[in-house]
Amino acid sequence: MVLRLGIDVGGTNTDAVILDGRKVLAGVKCTTTEDVMSGISEALEAVLEKAGVERANVDVAMIGTTHFTNAVIERRALDPVAAIRLGLPATACLPPMVDWPEDLAEVVGGHRYMLHGGYEFDGREIAELDRDGLRRIADEIVAKGIRTAAISSVFSPINREMEEEARDILQAAVPGLSVVLSSEIGRIGLLERESAAIMNASLLSLADKTITAFGDALKGAGLTCPFYVTQNDGTLMAADMVRRFPVLTFASGPTNSMRGAAFLTGVKDAIVIDIGGTTTDVGSLQKGFPRQASTVVDVGGVRTNFRMPDVFAIGLGGGTIISGEKDDLTIGPKSVGYRLGSEARVFGGGTLTCTDIAVAAGEAEIGDPSKVSDMDPDFVAAVRARIGEMLEDAVERSRVSPEPLPVIAVGGGSILAPDRIGDLEVLRPENFAVANAVGAAIAQISGEVERIFSLASQSREDCLAQADSEARATAINAGAVAETLDVIEREDVPLAYLPGNATRIHVKVVGDMEGLDA
Amino acid sequence: MLDLSNGTVSLTEQDLEALEIGSGILGTGGGGNPYIGKLRAREVLRAGYELRVQPLETLDDQAKVIPLGGIGAPLVSFERIKEGREGLRCLRALEQRLGITADAVACEEIGGQNSMEPLVTAALAGLPVVDGDGMGRAFPEMQMTTYAIYGHRSTPSVMCDPHGNIVIFDHAITEKWHETMARACVVAQGGASVLAAAPMSGAFMKRYSIPHTYTQAIGLGYAVLEARRDHEDPIKAICDREGGRQVFAGKITDLKRHFKGGFNVGVAQIEGLEGWRDSEAEIVIQNEFLIFNRDGEVEVCVPDLVVVLDLDSGLPLTTEVLRYGQRVAVLALPCHPLLRTSDALDVVGPACFGHPEVTFRPLPAKEAAP
Repeated sequence: MVLRLGIDVGGTNTDAVILDGRKVLAGVKCTTTEDVMSGISEALEAVLEKAGVERANVDVAMIGTTHFTNAVIERRALDPVAAIRLGLPATACLPPMVDWPEDLAEVVGGHRYMLHGGYEFDGREIAELDRDGLRRIADEIVAKGIRTAAISSVFSPINREMEEEARDILQAAVPGLSVVLSSEIGRIGLLERESAAIMNASLLSLADKTITAFGDALKGAGLTCPFYVTQNDGTLMAADMVRRFPVLTFASGPTNSMRGAAFLTGVKDAIVIDIGGTTTDVGSLQKGFPRQASTVVDVGGVRTNFRMPDVFAIGLGGGTIISGEKDDLTIGPKSVGYRLGSEARVFGGGTLTCTDIAVAAGEAEIGDPSKVSDMDPDFVAAVRARIGEMLEDAVERSRVSPEPLPVIAVGGGSILAPDRIGDLEVLRPENFAVANAVGAAIAQISGEVERIFSLASQSREDCLAQADSEARATAINAGAVAETLDVIEREDVPLAYLPGNATRIHVKVVGDMEGLDA
Repeated sequence: MLDLSNGTVSLTEQDLEALEIGSGILGTGGGGNPYIGKLRAREVLRAGYELRVQPLETLDDQAKVIPLGGIGAPLVSFERIKEGREGLRCLRALEQRLGITADAVACEEIGGQNSMEPLVTAALAGLPVVDGDGMGRAFPEMQMTTYAIYGHRSTPSVMCDPHGNIVIFDHAITEKWHETMARACVVAQGGASVLAAAPMSGAFMKRYSIPHTYTQAIGLGYAVLEARRDHEDPIKAICDREGGRQVFAGKITDLKRHFKGGFNVGVAQIEGLEGWRDSEAEIVIQNEFLIFNRDGEVEVCVPDLVVVLDLDSGLPLTTEVLRYGQRVAVLALPCHPLLRTSDALDVVGPACFGHPEVTFRPLPAKEAAP
């Protein structure tokens, strides 16, 4: 049997679970700490003790984190970035970060540079690379003390050479400068690719610190197994890749909770509501997978073209503040967040929260129930009815068919959910509170191929089939079960600048890890 | 809503948000990426210029109206974004060549980014854009406007690229020749340029443009925004407004797409979902979604509109943002009667796109709004 450790580092809670095959041996919930590491250490010790397993027997650890998404949303711990675009005279009307919220652009410094360079669709240069301009920017980078740069060249998904040359010029002039190339991150669509590269650059030092903290926490707990981090499509990436590409972890939180919900209930088609301390994420499961958003996804107000689950959040959680009378209620969106343990009434505080209502209604035993025993039952009923309505609206938004799917309630705040939402039955699996960490523990293995094929001697269909089978082989070698593999990305970009009718094919397949079969 | 009953109106940022959605729907996948267009228009607005739309009815019969739009492949303008003043350089060069001063700018194509291109150019030049266009949708080729179909000769014309090159097409013997020469030039210029055509008179425009299409596109965009806000079905809202119907829902299983001869060409294959679970569909692409086949039978074809939307949000998808695995809804909307005459079908019927075997069978016409 394989012993897996799953950890979820959220904004409010850090959860940990240990799985033996399909069986959850133990799950714990701790508070996320300022330094991240001590919260993880605490959760690790607690879960190891509860599961009663030997440290040396844990085979692998998977960590899911919303750390990087939250940094962008909350505008904190982001580094200033020199955002350099190669494409003039084209693209001049829309400078880098043109569609970013003003405050986010300011946080990353608003250092926008546009230079001559880039390629036409057929491989010709739009203009010769402005090497002198790059050296001038290098001087400014040194003068301003900027440590990271993001370089985006027009049509770099077709030809990366100019981005690479620009990087070499900058790094020669500025020793130790970290550089992110847009061609390493995204597809055709200049603004989205460039934005992803800039966001990634602004997160590099946080990624470095965070991954180091994760590693130290595991080492400190005496765990020597390899560890992985989950990315936005529900698959694993090696920890060292996260140091280079933190943006790839965006939105992994909702993915993990939804896959955890499917795993814990055995239900493949459902609406999942993940009720935390401050917000409720709502999404829909189809065949055991989160439904993907097929249009562009906003992260902290910036458009990206990542593949992400289609999840939306409402301001309702265990710490949500309630005010007003029973005929004139206000529920949220403000929350006491991680201060629930001191500010909620059941913990002796003076703020009425959704948790207090759940306790008053006898739905949960948390803190000191006597602190809410004098509440007017009509008021409690009115609040619960309103919470039910809020959840029903959210669930309706996620429904795409009139079929009566079950609703799976997970997360620490799922005690707030009624037994039925509208006409739908609500399921609360065992270990519902740590579904996120379970989702991380069962994250999938992927296999990717991206290379140039020549269509001179074989057909496009043959090349695609060859790429598919190479990607499958990669995934199987990494430990995926062949029968579960599914293609999630398949794209071919014809490269007009190369002879022989060349095309770049990108295929990604994902599948379940071995040892999870029922 | 955009209300032109009291004369010319200046657009707001909110109107541009609605126009992005509405022109995306009418763009049938082409006409350039409307998001990029919206950002360009918004930047011009924020720089202090006015984006004015003039009612068609108030146009003077003698007015000189210059039609213009982007030409090339949507994929290119999505990646090699325009320099920004190509349209203004076209307008000035054309005025100089003809020794005239333009009174207003006309839209060639309301679909996609080409709804924004005239607004951007007119704003920089201090002119209004007339509330109408030459397609009521998007088409891949220049001779496919009602202006050309009903007798306007579009040369002399001017084409400009981001590099600063200016090309004048002095005389083309037919509209098709103009398109052919312009297409060769746009490929040489990198695949996304702007072209301004010879002026039309106000009288001609009032008679032969597809009327009120800015009002229509902005109204359509607001209808979708309202439906989303009230958690109603945006797809139904679109069909109700335009007299259309949903013909398919499914997941994209293959996408053949490449840049050829100055166009995005290709085929999208879709596997049915929901009520279409046992069906397979295919959409033929030339910049736009042109022909919709289900289980080998043609169901919708040009000049009627094939619209592809994100299945869940109801937002329009353009050909350059389609991806493997996307879940989409396909709608069929009837085109304007000016595109259904025999003169029009000679220029925009399925045979003009290499499908002589397909017969155009019109969808039921749009009922007059109550």
